[in-house]
Amino acid sequence: MLKDVTFGQYYPGNSLLHRTDPRIKMLILIEYLVLVLVAKSELAALISLAFTAFLIAVSGVRLRVLIKSVKPLIFVLAFTAIINLFFTVGEGEPLIEWSFITVYSSGVRNAVMMLLRLLSLVLGTSVLISFTTSPLELTDAIEALLSPLKKIKVPVHEFAMMMSIALRFIPTLIEETNKIISAQKARCADFESGKLLERIKALIPILIPLFVSAVRRAEELADAMECRCYNGGEGRTKLKAMKSRPTDYVFLFAATVVTVAVFLANRLQFSEILTLCKAIF
Amino acid sequence: MANALEIKNISVIYGEGTPFRKAALKNISTAFPQGEITGIIGHTGSGKSTLASLLNGLSKATEGEVLLFGENIWAKPKEMKKIRSRVGLVFQYPEYQLFDETVESDIAFGPKNIGLDAEEIKSRVRLAAEFCGLSEKELKRSPFELSGGQKRRAAIAGVLAMRPEIIVLDEPAAGLDPKGREEILSGLVEYKNRYGATLIIISHSMEDIAKYADRILVMKDGEIYMQGTVEEIFIQAERLFDAKLDLPQITKLFIELKKRGLCESTDVYTVGYAKKEIQKNITK
Repeated sequence: MLKDVTFGQYYPGNSLLHRTDPRIKMLILIEYLVLVLVAKSELAALISLAFTAFLIAVSGVRLRVLIKSVKPLIFVLAFTAIINLFFTVGEGEPLIEWSFITVYSSGVRNAVMMLLRLLSLVLGTSVLISFTTSPLELTDAIEALLSPLKKIKVPVHEFAMMMSIALRFIPTLIEETNKIISAQKARCADFESGKLLERIKALIPILIPLFVSAVRRAEELADAMECRCYNGGEGRTKLKAMKSRPTDYVFLFAATVVTVAVFLANRLQFSEILTLCKAIF
Repeated sequence: MANALEIKNISVIYGEGTPFRKAALKNISTAFPQGEITGIIGHTGSGKSTLASLLNGLSKATEGEVLLFGENIWAKPKEMKKIRSRVGLVFQYPEYQLFDETVESDIAFGPKNIGLDAEEIKSRVRLAAEFCGLSEKELKRSPFELSGGQKRRAAIAGVLAMRPEIIVLDEPAAGLDPKGREEILSGLVEYKNRYGATLIIISHSMEDIAKYADRILVMKDGEIYMQGTVEEIFIQAERLFDAKLDLPQITKLFIELKKRGLCESTDVYTVGYAKKEIQKNITK
């Protein structure tokens, strides 16, 4: 029942992105989100696409895996594209005008841009973070980046710890759910047929044992942590201290340059670039 | 005696085409004769539990087939429910599947799903509870109020109440006190004798296996490493050690006794037999 959870799952590997400092990756992620979302002109969109392609290339994640991760989003992607295609009211003559359907050239442009933007967002973030950063590295990075907030008494360490425990227990709970589903199936439980209400009722034998065991696990974990003298982040050191290497800074710098380039490219019209090119050559 | 269950050239491969690819079972074939108790032993990760979930069609083998009295269980996937009521499967730590308000209604979950009438369900629940040693008073309580051992009994009763012809049990007695183990296992044997059922018991306890099993299947790295009667398996101590398994403690004791010249035989696998053997030596 719960088998395909590739979307947002770590793939072990040793690519450039795997080796990059997770803190740097978080910063690059912020820049990446900004540049994808602000890219408006054609040139800017091209730059952001190229950067996405570059990220995918250096992540070492296989294309088949990526396609699989996009699959569940096909409906959303198609929906946004269609909405943009038909509901953009542009200037000038419409391209197609047939009964209630009118398509303007700017509609086509918007649809394509939106589609590419969403695809880039999903693919870029998943290769930057989900596929190449283990959950532990991720929370460590968040904790490190937010640590200035400790000065104003924000319990950053506790939040990070809660987050890593939550992430850590997702696979455990999925496994647990599958086990309970199997156990109830072995008692001839039926989850696949019947009316909606019956199907909802059929979930009770899964949900109750799941909640009971989640609470039990939480208590056990709290006990185990206390037995090992856990008392929060005060003076705690890391097993794997994060280290930034020169290449990480080069990477960060490159991402910054690309972001700036996107902002600049937004200001230029495509025609202006063409005349610029002509003037040069 | 006919074979209740038979598996032919079964392979199970997880995560094909990913970095996590793993063959859990590698082309194994065997048969479980009707009315017998087969014990499955093997080191952790040897594929025992994977094998168990194949037997009632909860998961499907990558290759090969499972035959229930000669019929492929996947022949009619729509009738899988029927297969599951005929092949009962008790998971490891089954107490975590309890959910209903009372123990009684929890045990009735299986029979209800098969679609039996209320009278029949009631009598089956009573009988199953009896086999598992649950009292009338316990049937009325919430399963979450019971002790660990009683929860285990309730969960096993939930499978017995479907009155399966074959019961597959994954570590039915793990983590219980000696008396609890004894009672649960002997209750299962009683059920088996009453209905001519076939038992398949996965266990880490060599003592339990030696005591209850008619036949033993030894698994190692997803393959069947040895199979035979209790005597045939435990006589080959060296091979068992290779599979990271052990002999029953009583057998080890007799091996030591023989080294010291205190007795002749080392083919002693149960405490009952050991008692006779010792008495024989004393009277000599």
